[in-house]
Amino acid sequence: MTEIFGVPIQALYGQLMLGLVNGSFYAVLSLGLAVIFGMLNIINFAHGAMYMTGAMLTWVGLEYLGIGYWWMLVLAPIAVGLIGIAIERLMLQWLYKLDHLYGLLLTFGLALMIEGLFRDLYGVAGQPYSIPEMLSGAFNLGFMFLPKYRAWIIVASLAVCFVTWFMIEKTRLGAYLRAATENPQLTQAFGINVPLMVMLTYGFGVGLAAFAGVLAAPATQISPLMGSNLIIVVFAVVVVGGMGSILGSIVTGLGLGVIEGLTKVFYPEASSTVVFVIMAIVLLVRPAGLFGKEK
Amino acid sequence: MNRRRIGYGILLALMLVAPTVVYPVLVMKVLCFALFACAFNLLIGYTGLLSFGHAVFLGTAGYVAGHSIKVWGFPPELGLVCAALAAAALGWVIGSLAIRRSGIYFAMITLALAQMMYFVFLQVPFTGGEDGLQGVPRGKLLGFIDLADDFNLYYFVLAIFVFGFWLIHRTIHSPFGQVLKAIRENEARAISLGYDVAKYKLLAFVLSAGLAGLAGATKTLVFRFATLTDAHWHTSGEVVLMTLLGGMGTVFGPVVGAATIVTLQNELADKVGSLVTVIMGAIFVVCVLAFRRGIVGELGALYKKMTGAR
Repeated sequence: MTEIFGVPIQALYGQLMLGLVNGSFYAVLSLGLAVIFGMLNIINFAHGAMYMTGAMLTWVGLEYLGIGYWWMLVLAPIAVGLIGIAIERLMLQWLYKLDHLYGLLLTFGLALMIEGLFRDLYGVAGQPYSIPEMLSGAFNLGFMFLPKYRAWIIVASLAVCFVTWFMIEKTRLGAYLRAATENPQLTQAFGINVPLMVMLTYGFGVGLAAFAGVLAAPATQISPLMGSNLIIVVFAVVVVGGMGSILGSIVTGLGLGVIEGLTKVFYPEASSTVVFVIMAIVLLVRPAGLFGKEK
Repeated sequence: MNRRRIGYGILLALMLVAPTVVYPVLVMKVLCFALFACAFNLLIGYTGLLSFGHAVFLGTAGYVAGHSIKVWGFPPELGLVCAALAAAALGWVIGSLAIRRSGIYFAMITLALAQMMYFVFLQVPFTGGEDGLQGVPRGKLLGFIDLADDFNLYYFVLAIFVFGFWLIHRTIHSPFGQVLKAIRENEARAISLGYDVAKYKLLAFVLSAGLAGLAGATKTLVFRFATLTDAHWHTSGEVVLMTLLGGMGTVFGPVVGAATIVTLQNELADKVGSLVTVIMGAIFVVCVLAFRRGIVGELGALYKKMTGAR
């Protein structure tokens, strides 16, 4: 068998693939964080909890209501988006005039509540979820076997990222959104309902997180703790990439995922820390982040 | 001023007799977390920096104290000093990285770096991984005071707390502390007045990390073990909650907050099980929405209103 630096090439491809899968999640989640931050000036700590809620709902949907994967792929993001809208209306909207840190603290509290509730209901043990029939099996690419579901995660994530990018950069609604991010007062003065857009933005952002959660459901163990560990890595991704550009979030997310995958092959001990180490290096070399702007 | 001194005297007297009424280990736990929260408050309350990874200093110092006392046979006082210095050194490293960004990014960076150290502690052999470092002897203070006795240990812990509290109090009211407050109020202005803001922030961070470390090391001495929980982000969140609930930027706020949260957790742990997290989260939400000055801050405002009206 062919080897590179003593590592079988099959294992290398496999880990690269897993890296891309993780990177897709980083990309979708950091994209959501960036969209929310741009509009609300809030770092949504509950993002991980929303991702977890998406996955849990998928499992609950099948287990208790008999609703399948494809339906949940649509329903879970909508449900979580509605929860997000309720949160924005009831709580977040009172914080916009205060220091940004209060938004972080509030969403941290919400994350604890959501995580605690699911833990109380379903325990911390991971729940399995089987891959939908259409996507089970693997493609034979000649040099490796590519599990269909992993390919689906990557394709679906990239598609969602692209749609988000297109909506924000190329549509009229996106133009309003960018204007409101730049100068909310002036945009409001032009007769655009900015509070409504802020509300929808938060709902959309957490909906993205839930979508990632549904994608993750068959690929990992579904547990109430799955979100909080991921969100801290995503924070590091956001610090590395900077929240200035959408494309930046996607590239950074995928890139760090791949690097993490490679680390798993060549030096597994460091695989859980490598993203943070890269963050530290980026802070030393380019404090504003790779795609960020120095303010 | 005199009245304040009498107040401090009464509080100290109450703390001296506390272990005869309440279970000493619980009071010691409160004191450790109170010192931890006071150290954290030095950053959020007086410098305006939200560190979301402060548990890493608590955890690191716990491991260093545990290892040096248990494996190297250090006397407890030396173990504590080593642990606090180690936490301060780590604080210097994390602090110099984190102060390169401000605001929300500062919080995310400290959280991420603390999580990195958490994974390091999970893997390196001397911490005992998920089992933690167990069976740390309390030893004899200065060679002759037996700390295995809860009462002796209590007064030692109280002395450490009073020292830490005094140090923070002195820092806040020193010219250095005034500069920190100036940075919190208006960073650009402090820079334009010629202060090297980065240096001040870093020094405050190191001091806070060292004192948080002292709290962590003391905690190890009290419970005879160091655990991974102390370095987990949950603990970082807890110290934020204690300070927020008690009152950010008030001298006594963190102490009140720590006492409330520790007692609450103690009372609730066997009654509601995992719902404790939900309750903690709910307190967070309520504090942020309706109660931002915290218990001590609100009481202070009330007192001012009443004396002002009179």
